[in-house]
Amino acid sequence: MKAHLTRRYRFSASHRLHSQSMSEEENRATYGKCNNPHGHGHNYTLEVTVSGQVDSATGMVCNLVDLDQRVREHVLDQFDVENLNTREEFRNAVPTTENLCRVIFDILKRQFPLAHLESVRLDETMMNSFEYRGE
Amino acid sequence: MVYLTRKAEFAASHYYHNPELSPEENRRIFGKCNNPNGHGHNYVVEVTVKGDVDPRSGFVVDLKELKDILNREVLEAMDHRFLNKEVPEFLDRIPTTENIAIAIWQRLLPKMRKARLHQVRVYENADLFVDYYGEE
Repeated sequence: MKAHLTRRYRFSASHRLHSQSMSEEENRATYGKCNNPHGHGHNYTLEVTVSGQVDSATGMVCNLVDLDQRVREHVLDQFDVENLNTREEFRNAVPTTENLCRVIFDILKRQFPLAHLESVRLDETMMNSFEYRGE
Repeated sequence: MVYLTRKAEFAASHYYHNPELSPEENRRIFGKCNNPNGHGHNYVVEVTVKGDVDPRSGFVVDLKELKDILNREVLEAMDHRFLNKEVPEFLDRIPTTENIAIAIWQRLLPKMRKARLHQVRVYENADLFVDYYGEE
């Protein structure tokens, strides 16, 4: 029997939204306050959803200890209390939460082969959330 | 088609143990959850049903009826219980969040009349939940 399992994590990071392919004026017009040269930060909530057959021996889709370990090592330890703009992943991409969702999805797709990755969802604030399903 | 979700809460204890595995294997796989004395959670269940809105009542489902079914089939059986010892499904199945979601689905499905069961979501805590959609 197939089930979906979702685990929630938290991390904090700063970013500045600024596109190298736009003029200063266009950046200000597009990103508004988020274009502030000194950046700003968020407390992100990350939801990782995986799916798979429930193993009859363990009753689990996957062992949470393994999922937690991979997410901690490859996502939280990488991005928590960091400036996203300084990260290699965002050298050529604006660190919007849309792009952060895609980056995290791609990382987990590579690093967590123990269940099927369904989606990565990020709450940037209580008002804004983003979800990427790899499509 | 409209989807309607009803939420309920129950408190229960459980532990994870597979009698076909050695004590060492059980401890390795299940860690602290293997403590035979059990530990507990405040589970939150979200049951989502779907259906067309009845033109006379304006309802997808009679909420009172859904609430009664949830109370009778799930809460009375699981609330303030030691799942491994008191809920029949878990006498020979480990009461993981996955299996709890499946058991709740299987209890509710035959009781549904007009609305169709769409999803059962079980939160073990705010940071972990499982969704079950029936046989996919």
